Amino acid sequence: MKLIFEKSSPGRGGVRIPEDRISPEEMVPSELLRGELAELPEVSESEVVRHYTKLSRLNFSVDTHFYPLGSCTMKHNPRACEKAAAMPELCETHPLWPQLRHGGLLTQGSLQILYNTERLLSEITGLAEFTLQPLAGSHGELTAVMMMAAYHRDRGNHKTHIIIPDSAHGTNPASAALGGYDVVTVPSDASGDMDIDLFKAALNDETAGVMLTLPSTLGVFNPRVKEIIDAVHAVDGLMYYDGANFNAIMGRIKPGELGFDLCHLNLHKSFSTPHGGGGPGTGPVGVCEKLRPYLPISRVAKTKDGTYTLDYDQPKSIGYIAPFYGNFSILVRAYAYLLMLGREGLRGTSDRAVLNANYVQEKLRPHFAAVTPGRCLHECVFSGKSLGEGVHTLDLAKALLDRGYHAPTIYFPLNVPEAIMIEPTETETKETLDAFCADMIEIAELSKTDPDALHNAPVTTPVGRLDEVAAAKNMDLVYMD
Amino acid sequence: MSHTPFACTSPSDEKAMLDAVNAKSFDDLFDLIPADFQTDSFNVPDGLSEMEMMQHIRKIARKNSSDLTNFCGAGFYDHFIPAAVDSLTSRGEFFTAYTPYQPEAAQGTLQAAYEYQTAIARLTDMEVSNASLYDGGTALFEGMMMALRITKRNRVLVDTGVSPIYRTMLRSYTRNLKIEYQEIPLSGGVADRAAFKAALTTDVGAVLIQNPNFFGCIDDLTDLIEDIHAVKAISVLSAYPVSLGLIKTPGAMGADIVTGEGQSLGLPLSFGGPYLGFMATRKKLVRNMPGRIVGATTDDQGRRGYVLTLQAREQHIRREKAASNICTNMQLCALRSIVYLSLMGKHGFADVARQCMDRAGYAWTRLKAIPGVEPLFDRPFFNEFALKLPKDASEVVSDLIEEGIAAGFPAGRYYEGMENVLLFAFTEKRTKKEIDILAAKLEAVL
Ligand SMILES: Cc1ncc(COP(=O)(O)O)c(C=O)c1O
Repeated sequence: MKLIFEKSSPGRGGVRIPEDRISPEEMVPSELLRGELAELPEVSESEVVRHYTKLSRLNFSVDTHFYPLGSCTMKHNPRACEKAAAMPELCETHPLWPQLRHGGLLTQGSLQILYNTERLLSEITGLAEFTLQPLAGSHGELTAVMMMAAYHRDRGNHKTHIIIPDSAHGTNPASAALGGYDVVTVPSDASGDMDIDLFKAALNDETAGVMLTLPSTLGVFNPRVKEIIDAVHAVDGLMYYDGANFNAIMGRIKPGELGFDLCHLNLHKSFSTPHGGGGPGTGPVGVCEKLRPYLPISRVAKTKDGTYTLDYDQPKSIGYIAPFYGNFSILVRAYAYLLMLGREGLRGTSDRAVLNANYVQEKLRPHFAAVTPGRCLHECVFSGKSLGEGVHTLDLAKALLDRGYHAPTIYFPLNVPEAIMIEPTETETKETLDAFCADMIEIAELSKTDPDALHNAPVTTPVGRLDEVAAAKNMDLVYMD
Repeated sequence: MSHTPFACTSPSDEKAMLDAVNAKSFDDLFDLIPADFQTDSFNVPDGLSEMEMMQHIRKIARKNSSDLTNFCGAGFYDHFIPAAVDSLTSRGEFFTAYTPYQPEAAQGTLQAAYEYQTAIARLTDMEVSNASLYDGGTALFEGMMMALRITKRNRVLVDTGVSPIYRTMLRSYTRNLKIEYQEIPLSGGVADRAAFKAALTTDVGAVLIQNPNFFGCIDDLTDLIEDIHAVKAISVLSAYPVSLGLIKTPGAMGADIVTGEGQSLGLPLSFGGPYLGFMATRKKLVRNMPGRIVGATTDDQGRRGYVLTLQAREQHIRREKAASNICTNMQLCALRSIVYLSLMGKHGFADVARQCMDRAGYAWTRLKAIPGVEPLFDRPFFNEFALKLPKDASEVVSDLIEEGIAAGFPAGRYYEGMENVLLFAFTEKRTKKEIDILAAKLEAVL
């Protein structure tokens, strides 16, 4: 499809600006102005609408396809949450208003939503306090690592590294490094959990903390988590809970009660805020009581008279990590979702997410090499090694696209060869899961009888397999006419 | 109806599925988790129907006032957004998709990202752009880290014309890193050339500047960037994208890395987010750029298509050695901005910039004529300027809020000794009449 720039024609225009011209007395000197106007497209509104409508139709999405992308929780995005977030009173407030004297009164509604959301997340996770500021999961991780550093500095601890299992998402080690720590990677054992002996060998007085994903990226719950937590606390280390997989255990497990000190949640996963084709997300971080002083400023506070204010007076705080209070309109969606789920809905959601994953796992187990012998939680992981000779997980993924499904997550976690990670979520019918499993099984059979049919996939998508090596070599990153 | 909203299985489905996985109940599914780890004690209210939820949130939302006439900017601006931006970006095919990991199933997102990258490169006059970062502040931090990676140095100089909000963020982020962070105070409203020259030793890796700066002043930074290059350091310039409709570009000044806040390109103020961090650079530096990048390529039949590229920089491959920790970015916000820029178009966008500048120019003449009011700096500005008032600026703002006007941002909040300084911002949405009212009411409360 042509680019919007290729549709441009001189003299066409989109939106009309009011003719209310004002001529100032003093003009900006011309040497401070740009020589030529930026070559933006010259197109009419109807062309823009048609162009982006057509582009949208080239996408797979939750609205149009089953999207069992593991570790991403591609659940339905309720439209009421979109509508709530679009209220003009919530969209049109300037973030600096509450920082003006008496300006807090202008934004009581927004502050109340933030306050209520923090309280709900604290209750759901069993942690004392939350900051809603982190702008995605990875940003939450970095925020948490910065709080770990502040805690250890305050305590006079000399800490040099953070321990992370090899099955962790890449953002964990990257965030630990950006927070100033060395990363010690611990391999997984046969059951997919962090190898406990190697972990204990790695743990010492210089361990600042451990970042654990629970359930792990294999969809299993480490039964020895308490042992790990106790060992880490014994060296005054901090336990970090990567909550990207929280959809498995909502309304059933409170990470804070297990002894975790910090946790981030991906509201764009468990709490159904839309992924937007890669964001915006939001990654609130909860902390236990002893870490409360280090939370980023500002803090939303409720005063005695029931009004809400921003508190900047936190001398031990790590400071600003975002310009304001987080991705506010995404937080409104999560708040709306939580209100609709309620206590029972939280647990009911996770129950059904886990049921759907187990159902898929058992249906596929006879045909694919499952990574876990027993039950899984919100997702199930297989290895594509059981596919026919010369057929890889990538081929399976592309064949699924031809059958009208988005592919599962593939080649992650890194500790499973040819990994296929399926997360159905609770918002799918049994019929969809049955049809998907039938197609998976058909592909597994085809991989043995007609592998070329899979090597050529996909054939029904707007483009076939794209040459990624050429893309990296040619570096055609912007359009040149 | 099932008591679990949005779940899709009926009680009989659930029974059949539980049987299929050999479980008697939902609780059975969790039997590998020790019972004493589990709890039912959650102090969370009962779920609401959609109707009740909307009523609840509407009631809270009404406590906000959104009908103020706004002259408060400070980096975040109240611009007009054409209706088609909301309409197109609220298509489910866009907003309910994930990161384009399967390019054949995500050409819509990928092509739009490539178009966005093209638009950002053209606005900033740079060679390449990434597909987005979180916001202008984190983008500036990422730009600084990128410069330090390239130069393998650890000293950073920051002009105090850079947004104090961003500088506060930079100080938080650099706290645990082996980075020497030094701020250079403004001189006469612009970067202090002599002070920079003196501080620019060969251990400086990154120099952070902003244009227009926090006080709205615009400057030609070409000479400063030459000085930066003379010690083989890298310039990171934070820019306000609407200003680039008219003012001299970072590319033309020789900047190496350009970052900024893209909120003004079709995103509502939304009480602070989601916004859009952008970053552009020179092609030779792209392998050190953080964030996702989309590239054009072809499929097996020679058809043009788009993929995420140069991924060897990223966390999912490089882990602790990655160029950044960023994963989820701001793709839908980037989509908003390319749709916005396409709708405004080459001339419309420049026209918006012109109107912002002209309105500020008119207000400048009006407001500085008020007795007791003086310009803080007498320098060319884009759409924002600072005035010294005869009394505390916070008090003035407070008085004018009563009149339904958010008059500006008091600089004293971040700059010592500027208690009487107020920063006024103007966009195409502010009319001449509104400016006249501002002038009259301001005069009345002084
Ligand atoms: C286990 C895990 N941790 C962290 C992240 C990072 O979250 P984000 O992409 O929002 O930065 C993800 C998802 O991308 C994840 O799956």
